[in-house]
Amino acid sequence: MSEETSILPAYIPPKARSLFEPHRLFLMAVFAVIIFCAAWFMRWDWLPRYGGRLAYGVWQTLVMLFWSSIVGFLLAVPIGLVQVTGPRPLAWLAKGFCSIIRGTPLLLQLWLLYYGLGSVFSQYPELKSSFLWPYLRQAWPYGFVTLMISFAAYEGEVMRGAFAGVPRGELEAARAFGMGRFTMFRRIWLPRAIHRALPTLAGETVLQLKSTPLVATITVIDVYAIISRVRQDTFLTYEPLLLLALIYLCLTGILVAAFRFLESRIPTREA
Amino acid sequence: MKTIIKTVALAIVLGTAALGVAQAQEVKVGFAAEPYPPFTSPDASGKWVGWEVDFMDAICAEAKLKCVITPVAWDGIIPALTTKKIDMIIGSMSITDERLKTIDFSDKYYNTPTGVIGQKTDKFEATPAGLKGKIIGVQVSTIHQDYATKYFGPGAAEIKEYQTQDEANQDLAAGRVDAVQADSIALDAFLKSDAGKCCDLKGYVKDDPAILGQGVGVGLRKGEADLKTKINAAIKTIRSNGTYEKFSKKYFTFDVYGK
Amino acid sequence: MPSGLELLSLSPPGWGGVMLAGLAASLQLAVGGYLLGLLIGIGGAFGKLYGGPILRDLLEVYTTVIRAVPELVLILLLYYAGTDAVSQLFLLVGLPAVDISGLAAGIFVIGVVQGAYSTEVLRGAIKAVPPGQIEAARAYGMSPLQALRRVTLPAMLPYAIPGLANLWMIATKDTALLAVVGFSELTLVTRQAAGSTKAYMTFFLAAGALYLLVTLVSNIIIALIERHARRGMPRTG
Repeated sequence: MSEETSILPAYIPPKARSLFEPHRLFLMAVFAVIIFCAAWFMRWDWLPRYGGRLAYGVWQTLVMLFWSSIVGFLLAVPIGLVQVTGPRPLAWLAKGFCSIIRGTPLLLQLWLLYYGLGSVFSQYPELKSSFLWPYLRQAWPYGFVTLMISFAAYEGEVMRGAFAGVPRGELEAARAFGMGRFTMFRRIWLPRAIHRALPTLAGETVLQLKSTPLVATITVIDVYAIISRVRQDTFLTYEPLLLLALIYLCLTGILVAAFRFLESRIPTREA
Repeated sequence: MKTIIKTVALAIVLGTAALGVAQAQEVKVGFAAEPYPPFTSPDASGKWVGWEVDFMDAICAEAKLKCVITPVAWDGIIPALTTKKIDMIIGSMSITDERLKTIDFSDKYYNTPTGVIGQKTDKFEATPAGLKGKIIGVQVSTIHQDYATKYFGPGAAEIKEYQTQDEANQDLAAGRVDAVQADSIALDAFLKSDAGKCCDLKGYVKDDPAILGQGVGVGLRKGEADLKTKINAAIKTIRSNGTYEKFSKKYFTFDVYGK
Repeated sequence: MPSGLELLSLSPPGWGGVMLAGLAASLQLAVGGYLLGLLIGIGGAFGKLYGGPILRDLLEVYTTVIRAVPELVLILLLYYAGTDAVSQLFLLVGLPAVDISGLAAGIFVIGVVQGAYSTEVLRGAIKAVPPGQIEAARAYGMSPLQALRRVTLPAMLPYAIPGLANLWMIATKDTALLAVVGFSELTLVTRQAAGSTKAYMTFFLAAGALYLLVTLVSNIIIALIERHARRGMPRTG
C-alpha cells in the first residue's frame, strides 16, 4: 500500500517566533498604517446598524459548524470501520459514498439536495400534510445534511486510515486479555483510532468552517448572508467582504487555538 | 528533467495567453446569469434569448456599438459595473433613488406593475393584511425585496431572499414559500409554464414610486455622459421608428413601455 | 421525469452541448488556476526557505490568510479587486484601459488561492530532500539555478506529488464556486439548464457524473505520474 494521500493540506498554524525582531516591528508598523488607512478612507458607517445581525449570523455559522461536525464525525466512525473490517458489500458502499462526495463540488451537492428534492416534493402533494413538512419546507435542514455528509465523507477517509493504522499487536493483546469483540472495539480500537485521527481533526474542522458560507446560497441566514445583505443595501464592493474575511480569520484562529488546547489536554506518546 | 522544464515553460505561455487582453472598443453588457423569461434567458444552444436581448440588439445597432453579452451574478451586478467588469446593465433593473446614489441610468425602456402570486388553493390578497403570517419569497437586491420588507415584513412570517427569481418560483411550486412578489410579466411567464400550474396571480401591489421606481432603465457607470447620451438617443429612435413595437409584438399583446 | 435523456442530448432542444461547454470552461479554469498556483507555490516555497526575513514573514501572512478564509469569500474579493487593481495600475502608468476577460479573472482567483496551498506542499517536499544532495550539487560547481533544475526539483517531486494531486482535485471543485459570481462554468450552466427546464434532478445528477468522471480520469493519470516519478526509489510501506 502506498502512503495515505487523502489528507488535505489543511491549515497549519505558523510556528511562534519572537514577535519583536526589528523587521517584525517594521512590518507591524506597515500593517498598522494599512489598517488605519482602511479604517479611515473606507466607508464603515453601516457597521453599527448591522452589528446585532452580524453577531446573530456568526452564531448561526458556529451552530451549523458545531452540529454538522459532531454528527458528521459520528457517521465517519462506522464509514471508516466498515472499510477496514466490514463485509465486502458494505465496504464497497462506504468507499463509493466517500468517492462520490469527495469527487463532486459541495455547491452542486447543496443545490441538488435543496432544489432537486424541492422539485420532487412538488410532485407529491400528500407530503405537505405530513408531520415532516414543517422541517422539509425550511432551508437549514438541507444545509445541515449536506455539510454533515461532506464532513462524514472526508473524515471517514481519515478514520479508515486511523483504524487500519492501529498496531495489530495492541488488538491481539486485548483479545489475549479475554476481551470480546465489542469490548475490544470500545476500549482499545476506537480510542486509539480517534487518538490517531485527532491531529487531522483541527484541519478538517477549519475546512468545514470554510464550507459553511455556501449554505447562504439556499437562503439559510449565516454571517455570509448578513454580509451579502450589507453589500446589497449599501452597494459597497470591498468593505463588507473585507470585514467578512476578518471575521473568518478570527473564527479560524479561535478554532485552531481551541484544538491546540484540546490536544494539549490529551497525553500523546505516539510510536 | 527537460520535459518538466518544457511543461513549465508551456504553462507560462498558456497562462499569459489566457491573460490576453481583449479589444477595448467593445461594450460589455451585463446580463443577470439566470433564466428570467420572457426578458433574458439562456436557451439550449447556449445563446441568450428574450425581449431584452432584442432590445439590446436594437439599441446597439442604432447607437453603432459593438455589444457583447456578459453574464454576471445578479447580486454582484452593480459591483461588476463599478469595477468595470461590465459597461452597462440590461437586466430589468428599475430606476430607484437608492441605486442612483451609486450608478447612473438611461431613460426608462419599460415599466410594468408589480404582482404577487401564490398557490391556487390558497386564497389571499396582495395586501399587508392578506399576506399576514405568510412566507414571502423575493429575489435579493430587487425593488421587490425592499417593498416586501417595508410593507409586508411586519406582518409576514418571513421574507425569504433568493439569489435568482427562478429559484423563488421553484420554491413556491415546492410549497416552501406561500407567496412570491416580482415583476408581473416575469410572474406571468412562470404561471404559463408547466411548473407554474400550481399557482395564480393574487393581485398587484399598491404603488410606491419611492421604492418601486420609475420604470426600468439601462444601468450605466457614473460620469459616462457620452454613452448615456447615445443610449438615450437610441431608445428615443427605436420608440419612434417602430422598431420597439415590432420586436415587442413577438412577446406581448400590450405596450410594455407603460405610461 | 419526462424525457430526461432527451434533455441531455447534445444538440438543442437538449442541453448536453451547453453542459459540455461548461465542463470545458471549468477545466480551463482548473488547469490555468492550478498552473498559476504552482508557479506561485514554487516561488513561495523557495522564498519561505531561502528568502530574507521580511519576505518570509510576508509569505507567512499570505499563506495563513488565504488558508483561513473561505474560498467563496476570497473569490468574491479577488474577482472584483483583481480587475479593479489591474485597471487602476494601467491607469497609473498611463496605459489605455484594458478589459480583463472573465476567464483571466477566474484563473487569477483560483491561482492565488491554490498558490498558498502549493507553497506549503512544495516547501514540505523540498525540506524532505536530503540537504547533502543539494550541497553535493553546489560542490560540483552548479549554480543555484542549475542545482534547482537538476537536483532539487526532480528529487522533491516524489514527495510533492500526493499533495499536488490533492490540490488538483481541490482546484477542479473550487471552480464551481465561480458560479456565485456568474461565471458560466459547469455548475452555473447546470443551474441555468435546470431552472429553464425545471428538471432539477436530471441536470444536477448529470453534472455530478461529469465531475466524478473528471476525478476518476485524474486519479488514473496521477497514478501513472506517481509511478513515473517514483522510479528508482525504494518502495514505501
